[in-house]
Amino acid sequence: MASNAAVPFWRAAGMTYITYSNICANLVRNCLKEPYKTEALAREKVHFSISKWTNGKPEKPTLRSDSPVE
Amino acid sequence: MFRQASRLLARTTTATTWRRSRAFSTDLPATPTEDSTFIESWKKVIPNMDPPKTPSSFMTPRPATPSSIPSKITVNFVLPYASELSTKEVDMVIVPATTGQMGVLPGHVPTIAELKPGILSVHEGNDVTKYFLSSGFAFIHANSVADIIAVEAVPLDRIDPALVQKGLAEFTQRLGTATSDLEKAEAQIGVDVHSALNSALTG
Repeated sequence: MASNAAVPFWRAAGMTYITYSNICANLVRNCLKEPYKTEALAREKVHFSISKWTNGKPEKPTLRSDSPVE
Repeated sequence: MFRQASRLLARTTTATTWRRSRAFSTDLPATPTEDSTFIESWKKVIPNMDPPKTPSSFMTPRPATPSSIPSKITVNFVLPYASELSTKEVDMVIVPATTGQMGVLPGHVPTIAELKPGILSVHEGNDVTKYFLSSGFAFIHANSVADIIAVEAVPLDRIDPALVQKGLAEFTQRLGTATSDLEKAEAQIGVDVHSALNSALTG
């Protein structure tokens, strides 16, 4: 046997299952009809703030409100 | 005191370590499954100490497999943001597994199936409800309960055919011009998902 099982093409290209699954979900959401599409995309928006720490103190946080783009 | 120490040690070591050490002293097979065989063989080798508890004795027992096949399967279909179907009793479910469309009837062999983008159809009497799933997993248990989890699932009438065609054309073109492995993989995923959407709308 070459390997344990036939590796799916996305895993061979270095992608993990969650990345693959999220890409599929995003593509499906982008193909929806209008009121459902905006609801779905709004539901998936993420907002997060990142702050780097140096010398035990947090620096100014950066806020990111990215829409889910892979 | 030493008796307690070995019991504490036994609790922290995993069941597999115990099996390996027992393999040297007894002829048991490498993977005993039941607690009772473990306890019996323990008593044969070390009759003076109480056998340690194995991880399976801490677990809640699995629901019993009914001796006769139930007449309906119980479906739990969940999404990250909503529970579409919760313990609904239906006659048959067809799931889009990576190995092809798989029909699940009551009494199906326990299976774990990875799902590909495709149609999930739930058959109840004469009604069929179809959903397009983006990807996910289906767990079918011995007691005819099916847990289907998907990231995104939409009824077919919410899909816009024009957007599907546009997406298919765009990703087929991207597949042609892709250079790195990752770009090729992403384009291939796009082509797969849009072709599945297309056949869902037309089929």
